[in-house]
Amino acid sequence: MTSTLQREAPVPFLAPGVLFLIVFMAIPVGLLAFYTFFTRGRFGGIVFDFTLDNWAKLFEPLYLGVIMQSIGMALVVTVLALLLGYPMAYGIAGLSPKWRTVALVAIVLPFWTNFLIRTYAWILLLNNAGWVNQWLQGLGLVDEPISMLYTPQAIIVGLLYMYLPLMVLPLYASLQQLDPSLREAATNLGATPWRAFRTVTLPLSIPGALTGCIFVFVPAMSNFVIPELIGGGKTIMVGNLVRDQFFEARDWPFGATLALVLTILLVIVILVQNAVSRRLTEGPRRG
Amino acid sequence: MPTMRRIATAAAGSLALALAATSCSTGGDATETLDPNADLSEQTLTVSIWADYYPEDLAEQFEAATGVKTTIVNHTTNEDIVAKLTASSDPGIDVAFVSGQYAQALGEQGILAKLDKSLIPNEENLYPEALELAYDEGNVYSEPYAWGTTGLCYRPDLTGYDPTSWNDLLDPKPELVGKTTMLSTDRWLSMPALKAAGHSLNTTDDAELEEAKAQLIETKPTLLAYDDTTFYSKLVSGEAAMVEAWDGWCNYGIAEDPSIKFVVPEEGADLWVDTMTVLESSKNKEAAMAFIDYILDPEVQTWVAENILYKVPNKAAMEALDPALIDSYPTLGITVDELTQQETIVDLGEDTVKYVDLNAEVLATN
Repeated sequence: MTSTLQREAPVPFLAPGVLFLIVFMAIPVGLLAFYTFFTRGRFGGIVFDFTLDNWAKLFEPLYLGVIMQSIGMALVVTVLALLLGYPMAYGIAGLSPKWRTVALVAIVLPFWTNFLIRTYAWILLLNNAGWVNQWLQGLGLVDEPISMLYTPQAIIVGLLYMYLPLMVLPLYASLQQLDPSLREAATNLGATPWRAFRTVTLPLSIPGALTGCIFVFVPAMSNFVIPELIGGGKTIMVGNLVRDQFFEARDWPFGATLALVLTILLVIVILVQNAVSRRLTEGPRRG
Repeated sequence: MPTMRRIATAAAGSLALALAATSCSTGGDATETLDPNADLSEQTLTVSIWADYYPEDLAEQFEAATGVKTTIVNHTTNEDIVAKLTASSDPGIDVAFVSGQYAQALGEQGILAKLDKSLIPNEENLYPEALELAYDEGNVYSEPYAWGTTGLCYRPDLTGYDPTSWNDLLDPKPELVGKTTMLSTDRWLSMPALKAAGHSLNTTDDAELEEAKAQLIETKPTLLAYDDTTFYSKLVSGEAAMVEAWDGWCNYGIAEDPSIKFVVPEEGADLWVDTMTVLESSKNKEAAMAFIDYILDPEVQTWVAENILYKVPNKAAMEALDPALIDSYPTLGITVDELTQQETIVDLGEDTVKYVDLNAEVLATN
């Protein structure tokens, strides 16, 4: 469980971090939890009449459906990111140091551009009158423009594009740290490259993969800009629901309930990831 | 006042311009007596207004004219400013721009000061109709800044005909399926369906709302997208052929493609008004009244019409508009009669939840 190192860490070093967590995590989440039991004010805000309505509303099929759909879409995005990201990370880890840097910069580079601008760029490229359709029609490949935007599939592609680097980077970190002598040993003992990969590299990279999955799943599930812009607002995710409760509906208590449930769901996912990851790595660390 | 031509930038920057609406009745507090001879140069003023909705040098202009040190801050939506105004007893804002229905609600809550008309002589520049708007009859708490309506903004070359009814949007011809967008925000999502069925856009009748909801869910698969911010660019690019649009925003499309047209469907639409209000907590009320008076100057409001391309309720300002501009942007030529025939959106108090739920259900349905 808790490592001895953490237990013995002197209080002065921990204080800033603990303070940060209290002020920016514990208090806000506590407030959120508190708000869920009260009534909405006319202009937003909270009226302190106790109620359980917000929690009851959560279980209406409409909202439950949106939550389940968000989980489903975030899962699809995560699996696709893993399938795409693993070979990328593996490839990058195998490059010479110079090209490794180039590849990593190329992966991180999009983050230097504002996320909204990148989203609009997709719209510019992919809309029915966009560049891609113009080229396709210009080259005579299609007669009618292909509808690529404003569908649930487009949302998945948009989320995948946005969060793929968050899968590649932790995977790369774990693959790159692998002691090459482990693979050498496996090969020396007669393992084929595929078997060495399957029995040595792959298991040891699972913690990195799990971290990547969390990094992708968590923001993908709560994103509301991509469903609105690339999805054309026709498919909404739980992030849109939370945003709309605060800004459109002015229903802070229900917005807080949705946000809290989202937080709890994501904490559960992280706990599971942690537990799995620990089980996989505990052996070697103890040894 | 120098006229700054900023049509193109207004269009580009208008993403953040939150829109408007309207409604009824007022509450009341005792008016404190304001000093008509107060030394304005001793006062300071903080004004909160939508971004890209006013002359860039407005603060400097007003300061030069009156000596009041003025700071202008921006808000993005009505919800945004209302949250600021209601969060504390003194938000540090003297003048706030909000849509009519919010002015009404804030007035009822005692958050707004009654306007001292002796300090706002320029009110006489307004159309008489602009003093009888249902959300604040007699302009007790608010003076109108700009107003307009909602309709269909379309490209005749892509639609092949001139739409006249909300049903042209709700039940599009087969060739227009996937080529229309609707507004999804606030009350504008339900408005076309309510109006098409002959209901009030302020209805709180559950059966009528249910009917509108069913229609909207039926319409949803025919839409290209819901779009509250870039619908006019979708017209310009040809992605969409017809969109539900606020009149002023349709002009941003017309600015780029003059073939684009705007029509208020025959079933009618809404009349929205953006207003100026003074906070009860303001310690600079004389300067605040002077600011509102300054805005109601025809020259300032002509600037708004010419550059933001919204109609203004200022008769003198509208009469000063260049006729060539009205030719280019026909929505500016919608007469006061035509405009005031539209229905004002009323703040529904607790029943607002019905519309919130309707929006959530329509938008979440697959």
